[in-house]
Amino acid sequence: MKVLRYILRKEFRQIFRDKTILAMMFAMPTIQLIILPLAMNFDVKHVNLAVVDHDHSSYSQQLLTKIGASGYFRIVAATASFKEALTYIEKEKADLVLEIPPGFESNLVREGTQKLGVSVDAINGTKAAIGGSYLQAVILDFNKEIRINAGQTKPSGVIDLTYSNWFNPLAEYRFYVVPAVLVLLLTLIGGFMSALNIVREKEMGTIEQINVTPIRKWEFILGKLIPFWVVGIIVFTLGLLVAWGVYGIWPVGSFVTLYLLAAVYLVALLGFGLLVSTYTSNQLQAMFVAFFFVMIFMLMSGLFTAVESMPAWARVIANLTPVTHFIKVIRMIVLKGSGLMDVKWEFLYLVLFAMVLNGWAIVNYRKTT
Amino acid sequence: MSAVLLDHITKTYDNGKVLAVDDVSLQVAEGELFGLIGPDGAGKTSLFRILTTLLLPDKGQAAVRGYDCAKDYKIIRSKIGYMPGKFSLYQDLTVKENLDFFATLFGSSITENYALIKDIYEQIKPFNDRRAGKLSGGMKQKLALCCALIHKPEVLFLDEPTTGVDVVSRKEFWEMLRQLKQQGITIVVSTPYMDEAMLCERIALIQGGKIMSVDTPAAIMAQFPVKLYAIKADNIYRLLTALRTNPTVESSYAFGEYIHITLHENATIAGLQQQMQREGHTNVAAKPIQPGVEDSFIRLMNQA
Repeated sequence: MKVLRYILRKEFRQIFRDKTILAMMFAMPTIQLIILPLAMNFDVKHVNLAVVDHDHSSYSQQLLTKIGASGYFRIVAATASFKEALTYIEKEKADLVLEIPPGFESNLVREGTQKLGVSVDAINGTKAAIGGSYLQAVILDFNKEIRINAGQTKPSGVIDLTYSNWFNPLAEYRFYVVPAVLVLLLTLIGGFMSALNIVREKEMGTIEQINVTPIRKWEFILGKLIPFWVVGIIVFTLGLLVAWGVYGIWPVGSFVTLYLLAAVYLVALLGFGLLVSTYTSNQLQAMFVAFFFVMIFMLMSGLFTAVESMPAWARVIANLTPVTHFIKVIRMIVLKGSGLMDVKWEFLYLVLFAMVLNGWAIVNYRKTT
Repeated sequence: MSAVLLDHITKTYDNGKVLAVDDVSLQVAEGELFGLIGPDGAGKTSLFRILTTLLLPDKGQAAVRGYDCAKDYKIIRSKIGYMPGKFSLYQDLTVKENLDFFATLFGSSITENYALIKDIYEQIKPFNDRRAGKLSGGMKQKLALCCALIHKPEVLFLDEPTTGVDVVSRKEFWEMLRQLKQQGITIVVSTPYMDEAMLCERIALIQGGKIMSVDTPAAIMAQFPVKLYAIKADNIYRLLTALRTNPTVESSYAFGEYIHITLHENATIAGLQQQMQREGHTNVAAKPIQPGVEDSFIRLMNQA
């Protein structure tokens, strides 16, 4: 125990002595957590719309006013022909073209039906899809009002939908993304720092000097894991504070559950770092290997896209990364207030990850070659 | 019981492609100051790493103070001190912190074996709070030696401790080793410098993973089988080229301002000297000399 205590003291001393690393460890998560969620906003606003109105009736005017008033669209041009409007899309000045055919009003009144043309620039997938559906919603709404205006006494069986967003009443993107970014930063710190630290001992040759001492394998490994575990927990706390201070997100669930899950997750992650370090012999190698996996973790963990909508093979990979489970859990606890029983499967998953990754790393760590 | 025993040790790297140590057998007696002398890449470091339980040999057995290097590695690790060729202490920790750290790892403390390191430590003590990375080469060696000695090891392994160290520090370092030996510590040291071989009690000449000769430096020099001459002329390079092609000369190599040569049997140095003068070499001077370790080494190397 005395040896372990001294190793810990040495590790902390080294961490605190490298001012650049120290600053990076705490400044990076804080600053990134403040900047990233603001930039990573998937709420589509300011969809640029080019309008081709062949009708110039009061109905077409009403429709355009309604679209303009929805707050999501900016009418950038009103052109005489569709061809002309399309040049706006080509020049990337407009995202959508709405074409109102001649006789729009009279057809609606006389025949009760009319077609509209919407053309979407699909280069920016999200903006196109969401912009298109917003426009559809506005037109549908307009459609409903028309029936009433036209004096139809019985609107025949219209289903009126009322939405309510649970756990995120205003459907704000920040609630979705802030916990996930927090997890990512924790992953970066935990995964990279531990991998690089041990490999550095190899690179500097200091591990050689350590290996000829009677120090036990577990003493050395624990001596490496504990400091970064502590750093990880501090970073996590810092992240929660930023989430509360900047975004007003205060976890709904219990802190005990939250920290319990974070603690296990960090152990799994440090195991990953340790594993990388046993397979690599210098910091550059370790950096690349860790980066390769962290990239996969990031893109497949359900941070940007829902895991459920991935193809089957991708879902398997997603479920095999601890990050996926932790992001899910954090969202559940922070936004929904889930208790330990609600996240017990994820908890067990993380425990399993922690055991497998650390076990593998310890078996693979050798003092002798 | 010998302090160090190597029995038919073979070690290869890259799946047998590179032969680093080739069937080496060796014994080092208790309390001996033993030198492994050989050029870079001779297999010295591989032998050290096998003896310090960092490397497993492909074939053969190694033992330190009777403990098997493969099986009893735990016991060995607490009984030996190892100073690798590359400085491998923590550069971002201070002198004192490094020393404290290694003492603790061995379950000891600086004060416990202070007498052993006192003479060496006193020299670096003024730099106690300086980071190891900021020390000069000689200071680093002293600190590394202190760290290797802090737990009072029975056998000390020093892998090229004086490489890259200035002449004065090298002298000091060997003086320290001599004093440590007097305290009963067995020391195995490797060096590529032949002049340091003279300071060891016994040496092993190693080349290409093979041991060429093991004996005291004096005996190795005495075993030199033929007479050795030193010869020089005004144009030393022209002389060397001429000697290389001369049929009476057995071997020739430049050695400082002289060329060391050995002759075939019925040739005389006087005859050779006259012949050289006839061939237009000016100021040809020759004299018989006592062979040094380096001469023995070169001769053994050429025979192999």
